[in-house]
Amino acid sequence: MLLATATVQRSAATREPTWLRWLLIGGALAFLGFFLVLPLLSVFAEALRKGWALYWQALVEPDALSALRLTLLVTAVALPLNLVFGVAAAWAIAKFDFKGKSLLITLIDLPFSVSPVVAGLVYVLLFGAQGWFGPWLMAHDIKIIFAIPGIVLATVFITFPFIARELIPLMEAQGTEEEQAAMVLGASGWQMFWRVTLPNIKWGLLYGVILCNARAMGEFGAVSVVSGHIRGLTNTTPLHVEILYNEYNFVAAFACASILALLALLTLAAKTWVEWQAERQRALDARMAMDE
Amino acid sequence: MAELTNPVPDAALRLPMQRVDHPSAPSRAGMMQFKQASVLPGFNLALGYTVVYLSLIVLLPLSALVLKTTSLSWSAFWQVVTADQVMAAYRLTFGASLLAAVINLFAGLLVAWVLVRYEFVGKRLIDALVDLPFALPTAVAGIALTTLYAPNGLIGEWLVPLGIQVAFKPLGIVVALTFIGLPFVVRTVQPVLQDLEAELEEAAACLGASRWQTFRKVIFPATVPALLTGFTLAFARAVGEYGSVIFIAGNIPFESEIVPLLIIGKLEQYDYAGATAIATVMLVISFGLIFLINLIQWWHTRRHGMRK
Repeated sequence: MLLATATVQRSAATREPTWLRWLLIGGALAFLGFFLVLPLLSVFAEALRKGWALYWQALVEPDALSALRLTLLVTAVALPLNLVFGVAAAWAIAKFDFKGKSLLITLIDLPFSVSPVVAGLVYVLLFGAQGWFGPWLMAHDIKIIFAIPGIVLATVFITFPFIARELIPLMEAQGTEEEQAAMVLGASGWQMFWRVTLPNIKWGLLYGVILCNARAMGEFGAVSVVSGHIRGLTNTTPLHVEILYNEYNFVAAFACASILALLALLTLAAKTWVEWQAERQRALDARMAMDE
Repeated sequence: MAELTNPVPDAALRLPMQRVDHPSAPSRAGMMQFKQASVLPGFNLALGYTVVYLSLIVLLPLSALVLKTTSLSWSAFWQVVTADQVMAAYRLTFGASLLAAVINLFAGLLVAWVLVRYEFVGKRLIDALVDLPFALPTAVAGIALTTLYAPNGLIGEWLVPLGIQVAFKPLGIVVALTFIGLPFVVRTVQPVLQDLEAELEEAAACLGASRWQTFRKVIFPATVPALLTGFTLAFARAVGEYGSVIFIAGNIPFESEIVPLLIIGKLEQYDYAGATAIATVMLVISFGLIFLINLIQWWHTRRHGMRK
């Protein structure tokens, strides 16, 4: 959040005494240190406890590699699905007025509030051996639960609202004037979308994609319910970390965890960069509007 | 307001959106129609796709859950969801979530305040790091916190002489849930503090208020709706949390077993009806919390509108 870094200049009357300021800063930093920084550092410290050789060995072990491949595959399927949905939902909700819009928004938000375990469970109830479609799937030899499609479905559910949620307020704030102008000037629907709408929402879209990606790669609870934990087949990296940890193979567990932690740090960096770009663009737009 | 000043806030803590009434309010004739006229194309395609996809991914599965519950008779359902072990898990889950949300309420306000009001080295880095619990997979957070707070861990070994055991005890659950809910209060309060006009505080100072009085009577009341929203979001997230908790909790029935773990336990015993019954209770609670957050937001916009 870049806004927060621009501290307002304040007069002495509306400032706290220096000792209190440092006390508050110290308190905040101590809290963040114990709850954020130390856990993050400990992941890397534990991973490297027995040296680089063992660390590397844990990473290139076949099960670890296949878990990482599965994680990337699941993300590669779930992300585009929710991307297309997010854009479609935001287009309908932000650019048009229709009845039941608030209800639709609430329903889109639903996966945020549902426990990951419940999210996994609903797919077991649908596609599991004793589920609604279970017998039919069995008869046609299609496996969804305890197989990759189930993991993809659970991940799609968990990351469902991320991109739509970013785009809806952004596109609502932008209004419809530019698109209307494009239509009046004779653009086709797709031309308008690619040349007007997409450039306007690109930072918000990227921001949503980054968050969606992070959650898709890291999802644990929902995936754990539908995966069946078959090593080398249906284990994603977070599940692999759990198995290694429960086998007291701490170095290997933390080695795989450190990859996920690195991805998290990368996510935060990318997110900060996108915020910075969006801020810059906004400042640029504001200056151009003033010049006119 | 926050939506306009902050172009790309975090999806996970985005508040339920309030519809803003546009100046071009629907006419009486327009009210009768489903959709207002517009020159823009693609409405039917976009809305149709949205509704179909939403139904397939979210609504159909969730209704399967509710329908499956109805396969139990009411008394059987009641027996499952009020069994002693389940009641103990509710108490633990809600108790720990509440405690963690309260910790985050105070710590979140403090962190937001420090990030908005003060300058210090590394502030930008700290600001970016606040979102770590959203980005770090919960399982990684779980094993890291467990290692730190275990009796032989870096923090745990300092607490043992004091007679405090965190990991593998209910206190450990509170620690994990505090981590998970950390960004919510910070990120809801931060924009409010940022937008607060300095003139208000100057006026308070001119009228002879002490700094503490200004905080209590001017600043704090303005942050209350955001605090409540952040608190409820953190609480809602904590109630359903699974990944970070199971490593640190110890998972002993009646003592440190959370509700989501109970659902998994029932599933592993192929007790689908039992798992579904408890999951339905969780779902109803989630709905209740969403409703509460919407209510706070509605109250907030109304208050905000009135102040203007």
